[in-house]
Amino acid sequence: MTTSQPSPDAVAPSTRQLAPPSPAIRVRSITKSFKDVQVLRGVDFDVARGSIFALLGSNGAGKTTLVKILATLLKPDAGSASVDGFDVTRQAAKARASISLTGQFAAVDELLSGRENLMLVARLRHVAHPAAVADELLARFSLAEASGRRASTYSGGMRRRLDIAMSLIGEPPVIFLDEPTTGLDPQARIDVWNAIDGLAAGGTTVLLTTQYLDEAERLADRIAILHQGRILVNGTLAELKGLLPPAKVEYVEKQPTLEDVFLALTGQAAAEDAAVDHADNAAEAHERRND
Amino acid sequence: MTTHFIGDTATLTGRSLKHVTRSLDTIITTCVMPIAFLLLFVYVFGGAIETGTDVSYIDYLLPGILLITIATGISYTAYRLFQDMQGGIVERFQSMPIARSSTLWAHVLTSLVANALSLVVVVGVAFAMGFRSGANVLDWLGVAGILLLFTLALTWIAVIPGLVAKSPDGASAFSYPLIFLPFISSAFVPTASMPGPVAWFAQYQPVTPIVNSVRALLTGQPVGGDIWIALAWLMGVLVVAYAVAQVIYRRKVS
Ligand SMILES: Nc1ncnc2c1ncn2[C@@H]1O[C@H](COP(=O)(O)OP(=O)(O)OP(=O)(O)O)[C@@H](O)[C@H]1O
Ligand SMILES: [Mg+2]
Repeated sequence: MTTSQPSPDAVAPSTRQLAPPSPAIRVRSITKSFKDVQVLRGVDFDVARGSIFALLGSNGAGKTTLVKILATLLKPDAGSASVDGFDVTRQAAKARASISLTGQFAAVDELLSGRENLMLVARLRHVAHPAAVADELLARFSLAEASGRRASTYSGGMRRRLDIAMSLIGEPPVIFLDEPTTGLDPQARIDVWNAIDGLAAGGTTVLLTTQYLDEAERLADRIAILHQGRILVNGTLAELKGLLPPAKVEYVEKQPTLEDVFLALTGQAAAEDAAVDHADNAAEAHERRND
Repeated sequence: MTTHFIGDTATLTGRSLKHVTRSLDTIITTCVMPIAFLLLFVYVFGGAIETGTDVSYIDYLLPGILLITIATGISYTAYRLFQDMQGGIVERFQSMPIARSSTLWAHVLTSLVANALSLVVVVGVAFAMGFRSGANVLDWLGVAGILLLFTLALTWIAVIPGLVAKSPDGASAFSYPLIFLPFISSAFVPTASMPGPVAWFAQYQPVTPIVNSVRALLTGQPVGGDIWIALAWLMGVLVVAYAVAQVIYRRKVS
């Protein structure tokens, strides 16, 4: 902001409206090899602000590698990527301020309690009230009861929830989730899905990788498939479905799925109610930030 | 992003200090071997050792035991760093907008505190066994300064295996030679009593001037030129270890 500019207040809103919305994530011709293994062979895609982008791909396709490049943890061999307008290699420090990463394997401090883990991240992100932020997230991810216990005593799913909660602190505009729901029970999965929906509703851009195709269907605005180092397809669910021959009409008896049974027996109703609250909370939190 | 360096380092140091206070057994195991050596040499071998001075053997021995304590303690520094690197928590920190070198400095500062705790325990045991010193406050400050510098230099050495090791054992095994270095020095017996080549090595390796300086300060003797040789060694090791550790760290995390 320079003072010499004539009436910046009058200019700013109109230019903002005219400028085409720049993508939150922009990936151009990224390549990456490990020794003789060529993992990424020229990856291109954009992710629009406030949308959820699902990256699919079989084991070893390079999803984690790509996420690490976007999270400034790995350098690409060639190509460029920017997050929130910042180049991930040349402006890494600024890019980091705009992102948060939940890696494929939970990165929590086992010797600290759940609450201490959250407080640690809150302090490192310099948020105003670390304790309040920690308590809110503990409640949102159903960890309040276990909040004082060391994370080493948590179940895999609890650890994963803590891990995701840690990534939401500071409300960064772009969040990367590498297989966020692997190992979660169906209810915890729904909780995480609702949290992700809430993030996107509040304007956060989410890039997630997953092995569960139903997860991509349920959450993503756009889905891309990474195969043999390139993006094979990239589109909305409807566009992807349109790639195959039109649907056949078959009549089948509608049986409850195993998931229906599981959720009915373990109290889906309660989970859904809580989940709706969570989504609302997330949206509110974002509104507060945007005010 | 260096604006938050101090705050971020303090936060991360608080975190790894919790690791120390929550595994106090690491402080105990750090002290066990030095205390065992203390008992062994004072009560078993000590009677037969001619130090050629009129100080009691425990007073003669303690400086070397303190160095062994530090050499043992820094293996836990390497171990803690190794665990962090494996556990993915460092990746989380590195993807956050925090000062890049804070992660490493937090481990280094924690190492200084953990080793200070161990040294206090060992000195306490030595007092119970009859160690006495006529040193004044300045002498003690001098001793503390030398031990701090020694810990710092060895800590930066420990950072290297902590970063590159492939297994927890590999991360801590490097400290064994450092633990045994004091045995071939003036720490237990005067170097003059050793056979030719061994005496030569003992005379010119860094532990001897460090031990001699600490001993002189604790027994109220003039420190002489040993202190400068000791400081030169310590600064030299510190600078080289720091530089190597930084290069490896940069290569690892960016
Ligand atoms: N540090 C590394 N050194 C060598 N090879 C690596 C390294 N990291 C990843 N690879 C290789 O790169 C390829 C892609 O790995 P990546 O972890 O990105 O796959 P992914 O799509 O995330 O797989 P998954 O679904 O199993 O998590 C694999 O063949 C893997 O062995
Ligand atoms: Mg992966």
